[in-house]
Amino acid sequence: MSTLEQGLYELGRLDQAACADTPVHRLDPRAKVITTLVFIVCIVSFGKYDVLPMLPFMVFPIALASEGGLSFGLIGKRLLIAAPFAVFVGIFNPLLDREIVAHIGSIAISGGWVSYASILARFVLTVSAALVLIGTTRFNDVVLALQRIGMPEVLATQLLLLYRYIFVLAEEVMRMSRARTLRSFGDRGMGMRVYIQMLGQLLLRTFARAERIYAAMLGRGFTGQVRSGRRLVFTARDAVFILGWCGAFLAFRLLNIPLLLGSVVMRLGS
Amino acid sequence: MSHHTIDVDALGFTYPDGTCALDGVSFHIGHGESIALVGANGAGKSTLLMHLNGLLSPCSGTVGIGGTPVTKGTLPDIRKTVGMVFQDPDDQLFMPTVLEDVSFGPANLGLPEADVLRRATEALDRVGALKLKDRPPYRLSGGEKRAVSIATVLAMNPSVLVMDEPSSNLDPRARRRLIELLATFEHTKIIATHDLDLALDLCERTIVLHEGRVVADGATREIFTDDALLEASALERPAGLRVCPECGNAAGGTSGAAYT
Repeated sequence: MSTLEQGLYELGRLDQAACADTPVHRLDPRAKVITTLVFIVCIVSFGKYDVLPMLPFMVFPIALASEGGLSFGLIGKRLLIAAPFAVFVGIFNPLLDREIVAHIGSIAISGGWVSYASILARFVLTVSAALVLIGTTRFNDVVLALQRIGMPEVLATQLLLLYRYIFVLAEEVMRMSRARTLRSFGDRGMGMRVYIQMLGQLLLRTFARAERIYAAMLGRGFTGQVRSGRRLVFTARDAVFILGWCGAFLAFRLLNIPLLLGSVVMRLGS
Repeated sequence: MSHHTIDVDALGFTYPDGTCALDGVSFHIGHGESIALVGANGAGKSTLLMHLNGLLSPCSGTVGIGGTPVTKGTLPDIRKTVGMVFQDPDDQLFMPTVLEDVSFGPANLGLPEADVLRRATEALDRVGALKLKDRPPYRLSGGEKRAVSIATVLAMNPSVLVMDEPSSNLDPRARRRLIELLATFEHTKIIATHDLDLALDLCERTIVLHEGRVVADGATREIFTDDALLEASALERPAGLRVCPECGNAAGGTSGAAYT
């Protein structure tokens, strides 16, 4: 399998995980979306050099993933796929910010390393929370929840269509790249020039498909609004879920729990 | 149902890039007729179909459905009347699940929710795809996708069914099932196809397009045995009407039963 096919298969696996039936899956999607949003806001509101106070937040994705039947491999693998982005964003911090902020034994730690660690921690926390959300909620439910919370209808329609056609588009790319590989020998035909032309082709094909889809929508009376008969039911359980977790996030955010734990341990020790 | 006739008069259409796709096409289709539209690739079949529900507007000539001319103002009514099944089911199925997709049309008609659900369920049941209702379209097989595409249109209760290559990319059994299904429909049907055996099974009348013009319009069996006409339109006699290599008789020639 090519990496592309692998990628498509992986995306499909997350999609299948989202169709499972566990207590987490049964929660109202709005509850999960709101809680995840609060979680992300809390994380990104931390200061540049904060690392330790973020750690307790790890509880949320881990608890949800294990309750929702998601394996850590499933989430971890996808984290790695997105990782290069975060790794490169902060890679120059240690070089630019050389002010010493701490010592561990005789090793001096510069501010750059601390802020780099902070970026990585944020990345792991926010992306894993988002992955867990997607892995425990069908994508169209996530979109519906966002729409109910106030996302514009146009955006919701776009997201739904985007998700629907990722699979079709990826298959198209796969077919094109297979066709190219079969008629390329050695380096001939695999160069950048052909690649660029293929991208152009793909764009044009996408336009043509978009036109056909739009025609099919018009043919069935589309007037700019996608009416979904889907109902969401918000129960007390969902309210408890939101309040419980958001309360915990607030506590994690306002109190430096690892530090508190540390000082308690020190006091006990002395 | 009122008179669901189709009148195409001197229809001409040229694409913006200058390709002349239709050139003076005229025909009349009566209520409940089943018509095969055949012709080589690029003969203008798909372009013609797109005019029947106003996806394209004629450069010259007129199209009328049930006596109503297809114009901007009548489009909503025309699209309620004419259900179109596209060639690629992936273009037709754009909603996240099968049931939502089939409900899309009825919901746009502004029906109450219970009616939408009832219509969608009935349409899925009709094509034998009810068990697929919660599946996302990208996880269906080719035959299943085709069945669901047809259900999306049936759910709108159209009087005229327009289909573009309904049997393409289907395995023999799925194709056979499709033919049996289509045979049960009482709608006025126009089927554009390269599958002449399907045309022979389903349509009593055939219109042959060649380079944007109607070159023949008549009984299917007569057209498909006219070798000179078929040759001139870049078509071939369907297997069901070829001379049997064993006995030398034309298959189906005596009994009138089509090859299955």
